[in-house]
Amino acid sequence: MKVIYVDNNATTKVAPEVLQEMLHYFSEFYGNPSSMHSFGGQVGLKLKEARAKIANLIGAEPDEILFTSCGTESDSTAIRAAIISNPDKKHIITSRVEHPAVKNLCEYLSKNGYRVTFVPVDREGRLDLDFLYRNLSDDTAIVSTMWANNETGVIFPIEEIVQVVKERGIVFHTDAVQAVGKVPVDVRKVEVDMLSISGHKIHAPKGVGSLYIRKGTKYSPFLIGGHQEKGRRGGTENVASIIGLGKAGELAIDNIGKESVRVKYLRDKLENEILKRIPNSMVNGDRENRLPNTTNISFEFVEGEAILLMMDEFGICASSGSACTSGSLEPSHVLRAMGVPFTAAHGSIRFSLSVYNTEEEIDYIIEKLPPIITRLRELSPFWKA
Amino acid sequence: MWEYTDKVKDHFLNPRNAGEIEDADGVGEVGSLACGDALTLYFKLDENKRIKDAKFQTFGCASAIASSSALTEMIKGLTLEEAKKITNEDIADFLGGLPKEKMHCSVMGRDALEKAIANYLGEEEKRVEGEIVCECFGVTDQEIERVVRENNLSTIEDVTDYVKAGGGCGSCHEKIQEIIDSILGREHPVKKKPAKLTNIQKIRMIEETLEREIKPALKKDGGDIELIDVDGNTVFVRLHGMCATCSKSQVTLKHYVETKLRELVFPELEVEEVQQ
Repeated sequence: MKVIYVDNNATTKVAPEVLQEMLHYFSEFYGNPSSMHSFGGQVGLKLKEARAKIANLIGAEPDEILFTSCGTESDSTAIRAAIISNPDKKHIITSRVEHPAVKNLCEYLSKNGYRVTFVPVDREGRLDLDFLYRNLSDDTAIVSTMWANNETGVIFPIEEIVQVVKERGIVFHTDAVQAVGKVPVDVRKVEVDMLSISGHKIHAPKGVGSLYIRKGTKYSPFLIGGHQEKGRRGGTENVASIIGLGKAGELAIDNIGKESVRVKYLRDKLENEILKRIPNSMVNGDRENRLPNTTNISFEFVEGEAILLMMDEFGICASSGSACTSGSLEPSHVLRAMGVPFTAAHGSIRFSLSVYNTEEEIDYIIEKLPPIITRLRELSPFWKA
Repeated sequence: MWEYTDKVKDHFLNPRNAGEIEDADGVGEVGSLACGDALTLYFKLDENKRIKDAKFQTFGCASAIASSSALTEMIKGLTLEEAKKITNEDIADFLGGLPKEKMHCSVMGRDALEKAIANYLGEEEKRVEGEIVCECFGVTDQEIERVVRENNLSTIEDVTDYVKAGGGCGSCHEKIQEIIDSILGREHPVKKKPAKLTNIQKIRMIEETLEREIKPALKKDGGDIELIDVDGNTVFVRLHGMCATCSKSQVTLKHYVETKLRELVFPELEVEEVQQ
């Protein structure tokens, strides 16, 4: 059965060009980039290239790019670096809709000596900026808010937040794993101190990420070990994946253009047709400020896991914010923070597209989804047609 | 991804007996939209008081729909006495098993069946029996006790998988553990209450702790400690011997004596040193 993959905020396909670059660095050029001999040294040069490519993607200097094992490591490194290098500050500000990589770390820290302020969002998933600014204090070690939300695609006004936070001399970090490669991210224009990138969200493999650290930012390593990454992260580099990430970064510059036009066109078509064809359906999140590839739609009176499994029968891969799929018994914390009613939260489906999706695929989903919803509603005791 | 059996998938994709019976003899409704799953079960009896027809309406995930479908198949042709004996385990077995985290779907089936039978018998809607333990999902101690007994559950996680209790904020975990422990006949350690001590009791406990725990340790280093006074939560002590002249005495006091006293007497104590 053909797979129609519209779950690209979960992970993406490794681009063929990326895989091609990587293949040489397993059993052919397997040298250690830190070695003195030229066999290893040539690998070191490739790492340098990859670093320059990722720097170029976000408008940074190569020295400001650190390679990590994933987005979660980048987030943890950033937040821990900020609190360790500001030992007398015991306050952290983040949002209520962060990815678990930030949310759960902050919850952990809140039980271990830190005061954490979770900034609420409105019904459209927009951050309460006044609340954030009101809570900035001399005790605040770091403010960390995501650039774009993984579940709804809602984009936060990072440029504005950074200005206010920096004026107070407070460190600012953003988890930009969903934004990079989909919308322009330029650290020369948006002066964040630290920014997290994940490889597998931009068509590089899983198991590699990056952290941008602005020159002059106080830093403390998370992985302490060898001198790799200039002592900022111990551990022999995941060479092939980093080279893959570099290539993906290069491709992403090109993809951003496609995202904003073609992917957005496909997303809008999918969204509009679904809303038109299926009654009692609604979009979750601010449609004005949103990633071009994401739509989160709620179908009232049906449950998300059941929708996903019925779509699975047709090879359609998406995800849901329902309780049964969240790994807990409660629906997505993002939708709950937005105040999406239970009637809708349990029946939410996220479609996230990529440059690899075709219009035929989108048409196929538009054709298959309405009967699925009708069928499940016919089973539901709450549905009164 | 959940690992569902083929039978679960079959009953989900091709549910048997979906719908409503308008002139049903018994109707049972459980669950709610807020909880993420809900089931309404209908049955109709024949002249011999056997279940002639059963239908369901379910809002929920694949295993909730499959459990409902299975239940309607299982009860057809049974007398109410026979139907009453169906347990949640039976429903899960009928489907070739359910993932552990989804066992609550089978419990929901059994609950709906019980309610539908009670509805037929004209029994008044049972009021919620027992005390609410899990506020997030409105689960009582009696419901937890029952599911623990019937399914030989032994951990909080089990209880959450079967009746959802404890799956929200988590503040009821201690209470659930107590219920499990009492059923399994485990001794539940009585929590030391931060008892209100009289001043005399407090002083006695501090003295004992100093004698038994702290003095022997200090004496090893050629020092000693004397209790001067206790005022509220502040313990005044004087150091003798090596301790008194040791520049590290502040550290000794704060980090050792205070820790010991807080641990063994009560946690709010503070230690102050009285100079010679």
